[in-house]
Order: sequence, then C-alpha cells, then structure tokens
Amino acid sequence: MTVFIIRRLMQSAFVLLIMSLLVFVGVFAIGNPVDILIAADADQAERDRAIAALGLDLPLWEQYLVFLKNAAHGDLGKSFVFNQPALQLIVDRMPATLELAFSAMVIAILLGLPLGMYAGFQPHSRTARAIMAGSILGFSLPTFWVGLMMIMVFAVQLGWLPSTGRGATATVLGIKTSLATWDGLAHVLLPAINLALFKLSLVIRLSRAGMRENMLMDYVKFARAKGLSMRRVIFVHVLKNILIPIVTVLGLELGSVIAFSVVTESVFAWPGMGKLIIDSINRLDRPIIVAYLLITVTMFIVINLVVDVLYSVLDPRVRLAEAKA
Amino acid sequence: MASVIERDATTEAALPVETPFRRFVGDFVRSRVAVFGLALLCMILLIAVAAPWISPQNPYDLRQLDILDGRMPPGTASMSGYTFVLGSDDQGRDMLSGIFYGLRISLIVGVMSAAIALVAGSAVGLIAAYFGGRVDSLIMRVVDIQLSFPAILLALILLSILGQGMWKIILALVTVQWAYYARTVRGTALVERRKEYVEAARCLALSHARIVFRHLLPNCLPPLIVVGTVQVAHAIALEATLSFLGIGLPITEPSLGLLIANGFEYLLSGKYWISFFPGIALLLTIVSINLVGDQLRDVLNPRLQH
Amino acid sequence: MTQAVPTLAVDDLKTVFETRAGAVKAVDGVSFTVTAGRVLGLVGESGSGKTVTGFSIMGLVDPPGRIASGHILFKGRDLVGLSEQEMRRLRGARIAMIFQDPMMTLNPVLRIETQMVETLQAHISIGQREAHERAREALGMVGIPSPEERLKAYPHQFSGGMRQRVAIAIALLHRPDLIIADEPTTALDVTIQGQILYEMQRVCRQIGTALIWITHDLSVVASLADEICVMYAGKIVEQGSVDMVLDRPAHPYTKGLIGSVPSRNRKGVPLAQIPGMTPSLLNLPTGCSFRLRCTRADAACVAPPEMTTLEAGRRVRCFHPVHEAAA
Repeated sequence: MTVFIIRRLMQSAFVLLIMSLLVFVGVFAIGNPVDILIAADADQAERDRAIAALGLDLPLWEQYLVFLKNAAHGDLGKSFVFNQPALQLIVDRMPATLELAFSAMVIAILLGLPLGMYAGFQPHSRTARAIMAGSILGFSLPTFWVGLMMIMVFAVQLGWLPSTGRGATATVLGIKTSLATWDGLAHVLLPAINLALFKLSLVIRLSRAGMRENMLMDYVKFARAKGLSMRRVIFVHVLKNILIPIVTVLGLELGSVIAFSVVTESVFAWPGMGKLIIDSINRLDRPIIVAYLLITVTMFIVINLVVDVLYSVLDPRVRLAEAKA
Repeated sequence: MASVIERDATTEAALPVETPFRRFVGDFVRSRVAVFGLALLCMILLIAVAAPWISPQNPYDLRQLDILDGRMPPGTASMSGYTFVLGSDDQGRDMLSGIFYGLRISLIVGVMSAAIALVAGSAVGLIAAYFGGRVDSLIMRVVDIQLSFPAILLALILLSILGQGMWKIILALVTVQWAYYARTVRGTALVERRKEYVEAARCLALSHARIVFRHLLPNCLPPLIVVGTVQVAHAIALEATLSFLGIGLPITEPSLGLLIANGFEYLLSGKYWISFFPGIALLLTIVSINLVGDQLRDVLNPRLQH
Repeated sequence: MTQAVPTLAVDDLKTVFETRAGAVKAVDGVSFTVTAGRVLGLVGESGSGKTVTGFSIMGLVDPPGRIASGHILFKGRDLVGLSEQEMRRLRGARIAMIFQDPMMTLNPVLRIETQMVETLQAHISIGQREAHERAREALGMVGIPSPEERLKAYPHQFSGGMRQRVAIAIALLHRPDLIIADEPTTALDVTIQGQILYEMQRVCRQIGTALIWITHDLSVVASLADEICVMYAGKIVEQGSVDMVLDRPAHPYTKGLIGSVPSRNRKGVPLAQIPGMTPSLLNLPTGCSFRLRCTRADAACVAPPEMTTLEAGRRVRCFHPVHEAAA
C-alpha cells in the first residue's frame, strides 16, 4: 500500500511538472500584459521599469525557472491587477468554492443514490420512468441556463431566495463558511442545486445501472436463497457492490464539480475561485491564471490519489492485487 | 471470391432474415420516447439548415433592425408591422430568427468538433490497441491524464490561449473530446484483438491496415456511435457555456449561448424572453440528441440484450 | 409417522414467463417427490426447465416469471401462495440451494464470515461469537482447511472448488431438510467434482437431508442419485429409480441422452447423437415436444402423450416407449 502511494505520488509530481510547463508556456502566449497594465501614455523608461519589475524581460525559459523556484517556495507570482500574491488571492477564495462544491456533491448523492436505486429496482414502474426522464433532463439542461432560470423564478418572481453572493458567513474551525449561518445557507441553496444537477443525474444513472446489473447477479439470488430479507440484500449486498463504481466516479467528479463551479459562480456572482479565474482571463492577469491552473491540477491529483486509496479500501479485490504488486 | 459474394447475396434475398441493421431499427423504434427524440432532432436539423429561408428576418442584417423595437415582449408587433412571436432582444432583433440562426451555429460547432474528434480519437485508439506495448501505454497515459481534467477546465485554458473564433472553439472542443473516442475504441479493439478471428486474420498474413479497418474498426462502431452521439450533445452544451462566459464564440457568430448571455442582464428586470427562448431551443436540441443516444446505447449494448 | 410425509412433493407445477412473444411455459406440469436422506437427480439439457423448477421450489422465480398453478408440498405444507415473509423464513433454513457457478454466488465484496453469519442471523437470534463458532464448524465440515483464517478471507481468495465448498457450508448452516443443488459441479475440474460429490453425499447422509441434484450430466446422477427425473421442454418425460432408468431407458430421449455419453464399454462404437436442437419453448411442436427429433415418432405423437406407469415407481411420457433388456 505504501509503495503504491509513493509510486502514485511520484507519478503525480511528474504530471504536475508537465502541466506547469504547458500552462506556463500556453498562458505566456495569451497576449502582452504590458499593454494592458501600463498606461498608454507612459514613456519607454517607465515601461522598461515595469517590465523589469514584472520579470517580463527575461527569456521565457528563464522566466519558467524563476517561476518554478518561486513556486517551490509557495510563491506563484503577484497578480498584475490586485498587486497581491496570486496564491493568496486564490486561497482566500477557495473556501467559497469548496463549500459550494461540497454542498453540490452532498445534494447529488443524498438524492441520487436512493432515486437511482429505486429506478433500478423497479425499472418498469411509472416512478422509475419519471426518475429517468428527470435524469435525461438533468444531463441535457445547460447548467448556466438553469441557473438563470432559477434566479428568475426563485429570486426575481417569487423572491424566496437571494440570487447573488455568499451571504453571512461564520467561522467554524478556522474556516469562514456560509454553511454555518441561515443566511449563508439560503445563499448557498440555489447555486448548490444548480451545480448539483448534472452530478445528480450521473448518480441516478450509475446507481440505476449498478442496481439493474447487480440484481441479475447470482450472488443476489444466492443471498435471497439464504433467506436474507430483500432489505438486507439491497442495502448490504447490492449497495456495497454499486458503491464501488459510484464512489470512484464521484471522487473523480469532485474535480469536475470544482471546475464547473466556474459557470455557477459566474451566474450567481459567488465569490469563489471560479469567478476569479474568469475575471482574470478577461483581464489577462497571468499570474492568477497560472496559479489557478496549477492549484486546480494539484487538487485533482490529490483527489485522484484519495479516490484510488478509497477504492482499494472498498474493493477487496483491488486491495489484494495492490498488495501483490 | 465473386462467387462467395453472389451466394451471400442470394441467401440474403431468399430469406426474410432479420439483418443486424433491420433488427437494430426494430429495437430502436421500440421506445416511443426515442422515436420522438429522433423526430425532434430531425426537425431541429431541418430548421438549422433552412434558417436563412424560414426566418422571418435576417437578424444580422443591421438594416432590418430598428432600435425602437428593442426588448419587446413576445407577441408585440414591430415598427415594420411584423410580429415578434418570441419577443425581441435589446437591439430590436427578432428572437425567433436569432434562435434559428443560433441553432445553425451551435450545431455546426457541435457536429464538426465531434466528427473531427471521432476520427482523430479513433485513429489514436486503434493505433494504441493494435500495436500495444509502449505505444499503447504512452498513448493511454496521455488519455488518462487528459480525461482526469474536466472538459471545461481544458477548454478554458485553451481558449484563454487561443482567443475567440469559430475554428478556435472547434479546435478546443476537439482537444477536449478526442480522448473519449480513443479510450472507447481502444477498449473495444483490445477485446476484439484477443478474439480468434483476428488471430486467424493474422495467420492469413492480412495487412495491418486490412485487419484494423475491416476487422477491428467495424466491431468498435457500436460503442463509437453511442459515444459520438453523447459527445455531440456535450460539445453543443460546452460551446454554449463557454460562449456564455464570454470566452467562446465572438459576437459576430451568435450561437445560442451568446443569445442567452445577452439576455442575462435583462433577466433581473423580468424581461425573461431574451434568455428563456434560446435556452429552450438549446435544451430541446440537447434532449433530443440524448434521447437518441440513450436508446442507441440500450440497443447496441449486448450486455442488456436478452 | 414423519416417514409417511415426503420432504417434498411437487404436484403438477406450472411456471410461466410472460414475454413479449407470449407466455413461455418453462415448467409445464412437473410432479415428483423426494424423501429424507434420498437424492433425486433432475436431468435435462439447458432450457429444459430444471433450474426454473428449483427456483420455483425456493420461491425465487422473479417477474416476468410466476408459478401459474400446481402445488409444492414441503413436509405437507403448500409453498405455493405463501407470503414472501413466510418463504423467506424457509429459504436458507429449511430449504437451501447451491448454484452452478461458485465464482458468482458469493458476494465479492463481503468477507466469508459476514456471508455466513448473516445467514445464521437471518433465521435465529444468535450472538456474533456463537455465529462465528458455527460458521467455523460448518467450514470444517465441508473440508476447508484452517477455517478460522479462511473466515476472514474474501471469495476471490478461494479457488473455484473451495468457493463451492463455502457455498455448501452456507447451505448446511441450518441443517436444512432439503437442498437443491443446481449443477454445483459443472463449473469445476473433474477431480474437484468428485470431491464435492463425495462431500455432498456424505454430509447429506449424515444429517438426513433430502437432495435434489439438478444436472445435465448423467454420469454424476448415476453415481449419486437414488431416483431420477428426466426433463425435456418443461415436462418430465421419464422418472424412476436410477438403475432402472439408466439401464433400461424407456423414453427415446433418455435413451438418446445415455447413448451420447462417451463410455469405455463401447469403445470404437460411434456415439449416438440426438438429431436436431432443443426446441424453443415459444415454438414447441404440437403433441409430444420431442417428436421432431425422435426416431420412433409417428402420427400418434401429434397428440400430447400422458405420463404412464410402466411398473411400480416407473413412469414415462411416450406412446412408444423403448422396451429393451439391460445393456
């Protein structure tokens, strides 16, 4: 197990290095930030000074090395726009994004698993058909448009819930979160549902497919032949088997939820990392783009690693294979 | 060789056997919902193709627009006496016409990117599966890494580098999607490759190309069709999302996503139609493709057939 | 007194599956009895309805299938029409079943111990420790070495033969009155097959369990069963004691089956084969279902044959039974 994790960590570090290079070179090509950051009427001396201050006069590879060295020290550059460390800006906004992603995941699992399992258990019932129709809709609805419609209905027409911002936050265990206040919860509800819709459909489908496939398996028949109640067969035998792929997929999807929060954050003006990156792309704020991408990539790598470990804990077959390897 | 073909032809003609294709059609039409989806999709395709001839107005001919017609609710008559069935946007553009043209752009982007990605991805997947070994592990490592990043993030990076434009977004979508096809094809081809008929084909010393294209590829088609259908829907949704965020298509090529973004600011003042109707069009397009794709999956998945 | 009531008496059982193409009679009027300590061999090709018969007795026929009519008297009590709850109490406790593929019957993600203990706890209130003890005993009884350690293992850590032993141990946990074994040795190597057969026979004798052994393999039946029922297309075509049926088959189908088993005694003689294929249950010929493959069929066979008694305990469903002396 330890060997497995170490091997995965090394692999991850390599991916991170490659990604940092790609991102760095790629982002460098976006445009010349000097033109945007320095007033048009500045004279050449002023320009040179600014360029030197930003380190833009060095050759690209040297800029990359400097960047790498600084990155190793946790310094991902200063935002051109905010004149603050990019890392700091992103870390400040991370809790907002994470709490949104977390809420969305919880909604997706808590609703999706029972709905999907029911649809798989009674595939021909009217309820199951309705659930599946809903999941097709959930897959098809463009997230941003649903967000708009939710604002229109619940915020503008009905006035039940706020449409923008994070609301009041409270500090729990050193983290500022909206989930600890009623006002915050009211603010998080619409964006979280919006972000959850796609994953909810995914969970429904995965659990339905898993249910259908597993119910046909001999082990289910055998478990019933042992005299187990249907409840135990479903909630112990089948559930444990379908949880394995669902946990794996959802773990991997956590990264995508964080990435997709870009859309939801833009619609609901949620002050998270996603909104920051969109704003930064539009302003060509290079250090933030690079820092955001690197942080997201790191997050993905960590998430993937955790999922792999979780997966092997859940599935004894994998556990054994890894022990042998 | 010729005689074999002839004999095949005669037996097929003589027996009213169900050919795979006929069975496929039979299985497909069994779901009324899927048939509805297919009909809807055909209608949408027709509208997109015929947009210039069936739109009440050319929404991008500025001479036809009148700023005084701006933000009219559905059903209002325009200055020139024509009725805005679905209302008008801030520049006095007829929403219905805008949607027809927008569908065209969205579908072109979606279908083009999916088609290019399909060809490129399948080629890569087949190469990986057929040659195996180091080629395979290298390709699949790239595929795995790429697939571990969400599509929207990759598209975001690419577009922030490339800038806006129709071909740029198609390129971004292809880059995002090719890996799905590569993985699908490789998975199926690997299974097929181990089967005896490929072994037999190799023993007959058939060329690589012939084995790959005549034997492996046809067997990869069913999953490829399913993935392809789903990916078209994804591509359309992704393009709309990116355009909505302002990093997709330029204003000169107003896809459905841009139309929706355009109405965002008026939404809070209750002028819903500018965002609402393009969204419905987008939704119907994606739903119809997904319905067809879903049924295709069920019909083409041998594991669920009994 | 209890001797008088057979462990299981199936009477005119009909199990149908509603499909789009019509109702399929998977089991069509099957009757037989098994008594304590005896072994009944239920023989037939795949699709002959033998497995569905087993599932019907277990009450495990899932929709679109259902028991259309008939009675299943288990120790005098009719199982047809029992509630799911009542059936559940019998399943695994009084009637146990063993399946064909040991690779598929155990849940891959649960420890052997969990799967055994839950079987105990489904029927009796028993503490964890005591259940553990009984599970260990049961594993020992079916010849699994170091049962204490093996309880902690997962199914994939066992070989096929060992998994089947685990399945048997689970079936034996409650010392059931009846075990239905659905081709439990088919998926195993021949040498393992022999061991499993031997174990089953020994254990059933030991605890006086009635055994229904479902198989397509006549050689297995020959060495194990006391009585035999040959099934074809959902019906029993011949039944009687093993010796009588195998030595002097009366139904042409039985004769064909026996003829197609390779044997050392008839080296050099080409194997007989039954022409044609097992008919689809959707599209059975009128009258005798076997007539299109039968060498003895004539115009009479267009009418459905009834079960007729040849001699005591010996019945056949044929207008033209084979009469021949022991080979």
